[in-house]
Amino acid sequence: MSAPDIHADLPTDLRSARRRLAVDGLGIVASAAGFGFVYGLSARTAGFSPIEASAMSVIVFGGAAQFAAVGYVMGGFSWAGVVLLTAFLNARHLLYSAALAPYLADQPRPVRAAMAHVLTDEAFALSITHFRRVGRADLWGYWFAGIVATFIPWNVATLAGVALGGAIPDPSVFGLDVVFPAAMGGLAIALVAGRREVIAAISGAILAVAISLAWDPAAGIVAGGLLGPAIGIAVVRDGGGR
Amino acid sequence: MSLELIPLAVLMGLVTYPSRSLPLLVSRVDRMPPLALAYLRLVGPAVLAALAAANTVVRVETLADGTRDVSFYVGPEWPAVALCLVLVAWRRNLLLGIVGAVAVVALARAVGLG
Repeated sequence: MSAPDIHADLPTDLRSARRRLAVDGLGIVASAAGFGFVYGLSARTAGFSPIEASAMSVIVFGGAAQFAAVGYVMGGFSWAGVVLLTAFLNARHLLYSAALAPYLADQPRPVRAAMAHVLTDEAFALSITHFRRVGRADLWGYWFAGIVATFIPWNVATLAGVALGGAIPDPSVFGLDVVFPAAMGGLAIALVAGRREVIAAISGAILAVAISLAWDPAAGIVAGGLLGPAIGIAVVRDGGGR
Repeated sequence: MSLELIPLAVLMGLVTYPSRSLPLLVSRVDRMPPLALAYLRLVGPAVLAALAAANTVVRVETLADGTRDVSFYVGPEWPAVALCLVLVAWRRNLLLGIVGAVAVVALARAVGLG
């Protein structure tokens, strides 16, 4: 007996877009699980208990900040320094939130408040691509991207890393650490609809690398995300759609 | 089992949440000029390309004393990510691109590169 099709009553476009989102999400699941596991291992090495490591993954739910916190706790830095660094590293979420706001403006405020907690690089990448495909917001798609593809794998893998430790091989041995940049690049390609997007993406990438090397990777990513679109608009005045 | 770091996790969550929520909760999209909406439309490709590039060619290592060492990196991730971009542009299939990228890096590491 075949399983019931939960999308049976949906327009074909939305149904196919959701299927594509689910397939795209498999790569993100692998990325979130791989990084979550390595985070769990790092946290264990730094002396975090499983509850402390998991609390970070549930409450902060931000990979770069969590990895930095592990390093800072190991180095004996003050909590104030860790908290400041976290605010800096996670400032890029302002851009994601602003870019999603036009799609989600009609959602009730408590729903938007809950959505905000699971807004990560991966959730943004999957959901903005999905919204662009269907031409509007799709809550099912957002929760899939934020919870199913990211939050659950990240948290399960954190627990596995901190609890099992070296009993499981490091995912980077299998090349899984390339999944994150590959997925982000691939999803950027999926968002390109004209010359403006191409210029914005290339400028964002160049600025991100230059500023990352000259100053800090977190600042580089924010600068690329802020200035890339401005350059795209300045260079291609007519909208640049194909 | 130690619970000492849970207040730190709460503080980190408290400073992260506003950046995730403020534009979603307070922006008035109906009052935004078309140029602002056009700008926001470009944030996705720009920031995702920035993340991809920075995570491919910039290496960050956290040293034992907690400080971070940032350096330019060349490795098998370059052709791997490039292959992913080509496959996604050609076949419009992200999963295929990711599988190709992982295969390149796994192969390179198996033969001692990277």
